[in-house]
Amino acid sequence: MSAERPAVATNPPAELPIVLARNVHKSFGDTEVLRGIDLEVARGEVLCLLGASGSGKSTFLRCINYLESIDSGFILVDGELVGGEVVGGRVHESAPARVAARRSRIGMVFQQFNLFGHMTALQNVTLAPIKVKKEDRATALERAHRLLDRVGLQDRKDHYPGQLSGGQQQRVAIARALAMEPAVMLFDEPTSALDPELVGEVLDVMRDLAATGMTMVVVTHEMGFAREVGTTAVFIDAGKVVEQGEPRQVITSPNHERTRAFLAKVL
Amino acid sequence: MAELQRRAAEGRSQPGDPVTATRTPVDIALLTQISDAPPIRRRRPGETALVALIAVLAVFGIAVLVTNPRFDWPTVSRYLFDVSVAHGIAVTLELTVYAMLVGILLGVVLAVLRQSGSPVARGTAWLYIWFFRGTPVLVQVLFWGFASALFPRLGLGIPGGPMLFGIDTNTVVPLFAAAVLGLGLNEAAYMAEIVRGGLLSVSPGQAEAAHALGLGSLATLRHIVLPQALRVIIPPVGNQVISMLKMTSVVLVIGVRDLLGSVTEIYSRNYRQIALLLVACVWYLLMTSVLTYLQSRLERRLGKGVRTDVR
Repeated sequence: MSAERPAVATNPPAELPIVLARNVHKSFGDTEVLRGIDLEVARGEVLCLLGASGSGKSTFLRCINYLESIDSGFILVDGELVGGEVVGGRVHESAPARVAARRSRIGMVFQQFNLFGHMTALQNVTLAPIKVKKEDRATALERAHRLLDRVGLQDRKDHYPGQLSGGQQQRVAIARALAMEPAVMLFDEPTSALDPELVGEVLDVMRDLAATGMTMVVVTHEMGFAREVGTTAVFIDAGKVVEQGEPRQVITSPNHERTRAFLAKVL
Repeated sequence: MAELQRRAAEGRSQPGDPVTATRTPVDIALLTQISDAPPIRRRRPGETALVALIAVLAVFGIAVLVTNPRFDWPTVSRYLFDVSVAHGIAVTLELTVYAMLVGILLGVVLAVLRQSGSPVARGTAWLYIWFFRGTPVLVQVLFWGFASALFPRLGLGIPGGPMLFGIDTNTVVPLFAAAVLGLGLNEAAYMAEIVRGGLLSVSPGQAEAAHALGLGSLATLRHIVLPQALRVIIPPVGNQVISMLKMTSVVLVIGVRDLLGSVTEIYSRNYRQIALLLVACVWYLLMTSVLTYLQSRLERRLGKGVRTDVR
């Protein structure tokens, strides 16, 4: 069900990828988690990051919006460094306000949803547009209603996260990220914390989102989703990109030994 | 078991004691008839004895209060609504409010500093808490009361050198301000630990999600973390308010005329110490009772509003 992507004519010439990562290294203490990742995500692409737990795929995703800093290499999002400025031949750490401003163009959906527990679904979705983009309340509310309708939660808008099922919470979280009209959406194992019967409703929302041409980077164990919706599958092992290509190709007939070993376990 | 057997042998057993109750066949027809009425309550000899003891003590206590003329109840009732006592109550309440405000605001700052990434900030907050929790509040209040002895003039200058401009310390730090500072700075050290506990109770994912949406650290603290930490922070803050109300009485030592100060001032003239201390007790009890009631209502409301992420 690989939906036809509408040609995005309004966008500038797509020569520069939305996400461009070069030789990204990252260590936690003595453990080197990322060992030189190179990756490109083109506009409208749905890139699925596959790999065993501990392979570094979630860490890499969190580096894209600078929730984690990197030790060397660089990541450009929409042509900009998220956490740094190039000044006088060196990369300098950005001021927190600039990091925040750039992050606001990158949507993120977490494994544990992380909805704000003291706010209703509607308030969760309007918070960032009002506080970060300084949008007026009416505009933010109007968009929030539209987004919650779109993820199928028209009758749950005034519910608190604690009153929603995991699948509903994750759909609110997707609406919350979309409210900032991001250039790219990052998904960190969005269905891993869900009961099996709730996985489908979240994947449906993501599938619809992909069909609208949204650029997505998805860390997932859902091979079915990667195969059907993904435009590229990237297999990461021990902090390196091992294999990359058309999802059906990577998943059904992988070239690399470690990809085969991993797929044998999850399929 | 042995005790029950002995009681059964002496014929003192109650119906339902295990020894006599074993192997009694139940007449279902009879049971159906009588089971409309609730079961007869067992006698509880220990409980009865305790009630009797408390009753005796209560009677004695009341008798002592009424018959001992040295309690001097007429004087108590004469001064209960005295103008200078009322003024003292106002000062006590003002001290409580201002000292708690200083304590809460500074406490939040200290709690945030303790969680900061900077070792200097963390160390500074730790040092503050170490000092202000490690010395008695009475001593701290005395220090502020004698601030003018330590720094006779306040102003800008070089330590050990000349002062560019300055004013007399006693004019900037009047006794009331000294009392508020003494109580508030001490309170901040305790409040910092309470607030820190509250901040730690909020899952780190909440701040992460806020950052990912582009909220800065301050906005994240204000809109996301603090509101959710309040659920954990408010109950102990209620306790702190109540204990602050009583702790304000230490300002007596620097001569601030709070509730205790005004009754001591009166009894230094008429020598009715006991009666006037009773006046103070009545008002302290009344105020702490009101606060306790307000606190329990607030906690019930917070408890109802609890909405947490399902994890």
